Amino acid sequence: MIRGRLAGIGPPVVVGVAGFGLWEGIVWGFGIREFLLPRPSSIMDRLVENWPVLRHAGWETGRIAVSGLVAGVLAGVVLALVTTRFRTLNEGLTPLAIAVNATPIVALAPIFNAWFGITGTLSNQAVVVAIVFFPVFINTARGLTEVHPDELELMRSYAASEWAILREVRIPNALPFFANALRVVAPLSVIAAIVAEYFGGPQDRIGNIITSSAAFARYDVAWAAIAVASAVGLGLFAAALLLERLVMPWRLVDGGSENHNTPGREK
Amino acid sequence: MTEPLEPEAAVVVSGVDKVFNVGSSDEVTALSGIDLTIGAGEFVSLIGPSGCGKSTLLRLIGDLLTPSVGEVTVFGKPAHAARMDQDYGMVFQHAGLFDWRRVAANIELPLELRGWSRADRADRSAEMLELVRLPEFGGHYPRQLSGGMQQRVSIARALSFQPKLLLMDEPFGALDEMTREHMQLELLRIWRETGTTVVFVTHSISESTFLSSRVVVLSARPGRIHSVVDVDLGDRTDATREDPAFFAKATEIREALRADKDDG
Repeated sequence: MIRGRLAGIGPPVVVGVAGFGLWEGIVWGFGIREFLLPRPSSIMDRLVENWPVLRHAGWETGRIAVSGLVAGVLAGVVLALVTTRFRTLNEGLTPLAIAVNATPIVALAPIFNAWFGITGTLSNQAVVVAIVFFPVFINTARGLTEVHPDELELMRSYAASEWAILREVRIPNALPFFANALRVVAPLSVIAAIVAEYFGGPQDRIGNIITSSAAFARYDVAWAAIAVASAVGLGLFAAALLLERLVMPWRLVDGGSENHNTPGREK
Repeated sequence: MTEPLEPEAAVVVSGVDKVFNVGSSDEVTALSGIDLTIGAGEFVSLIGPSGCGKSTLLRLIGDLLTPSVGEVTVFGKPAHAARMDQDYGMVFQHAGLFDWRRVAANIELPLELRGWSRADRADRSAEMLELVRLPEFGGHYPRQLSGGMQQRVSIARALSFQPKLLLMDEPFGALDEMTREHMQLELLRIWRETGTTVVFVTHSISESTFLSSRVVVLSARPGRIHSVVDVDLGDRTDATREDPAFFAKATEIREALRADKDDG
């Protein structure tokens, strides 16, 4: 299994390295000017040069993303549990949530600045929470309600309480739905944080570094900031995957039942 | 083989109608005028064309549905009280094991809900795994098991709290022929060893003939009991399937089903 995982890492690494090489070669070979598309090597130079500033910015932006992510996920899960318990609430709220989810929430960033203050981080966090909340809510609520009817009948045959059905059937059933949502919103939280920073908040963050570097035609620095942001996003995505594996160990086992010997079946 | 049948009735269905969607344009009478008594320790199959209400009848006995008219008693008490007392175990066509629980934990689920201690649960699930001949699979996840093995676990789960009644809704319907015939023998063995009353829904004539002490033939639209066929073939073995007496009974059941079709 370990060997299988390493083998899985190989191809993307090769493709990634080749991609950077190609990028470097094209910029160099066609004489593309650095302010249009800097070479990966010069982005790397800027990254090293500005490391203290970029590291601080990545850390702070990461904190906004993670705090908003945690709050949004909690809110989504709690509301999903509440709406599943009360059917009428579910029927009223879910279509509304889907409609709200379809509206571009980052567009609200300037308005959030007015509500929560333009200099603090609260408005940035609010954008992240609003972006994270809906996919988590909608997916978790689906997982809690889309339970196989046989499983519900089985629990009823045990005279199980609603609470027992929630605990034993609905919540485990919702875990894969929740995990899918988490995989989507974890990197999305970084995007949301950066876009929110374009519009306001403290000035030493990834979003501000990108906009101010671009304003001064320091595109290589902007690219270095983007590299830091994507590293943070990747880190959160990896954390979401890890959590998924820890919480749902049964999804890791091989499903190939035909390969198993079946004692008791022969004779 | 079995002890002499106790006189006590396991299930009494009297004057039961079941109408779905009452009052709306898609109102449908699933069952009409059902009277049926199943003795303790009997193995009774319900057979009929699809839409005859055999699964509905099973669910009425299990109090998963309530009759529109008439009443159902299980071991002398109303079906609802029997469900609350967990007097029966249920097995569906799809094993319906919970992916997130290991095999032993699936079998222990009804025991957990009844508040059994961890040690007692472990003892019982080990015993049940022995009964269904999967002793070494307690630590596996359901998806690591074949369809037939999953269905054995489902039977073990249904029997874990030693109910006196087992309700089975086409439990072998999704299995291949070889596995199915083997599972039939296993079920009969378990039935003999536990003395449980079994109500078994199937649409297979040979399956109902092979397994049952009585076969209830239902007709469709509305579902009624067409006839009840006693099947006395003694102890079943694989040889029974080739016995002329077996074919004679299967033919009798087939003709009952066909006669019904001609009527309708």
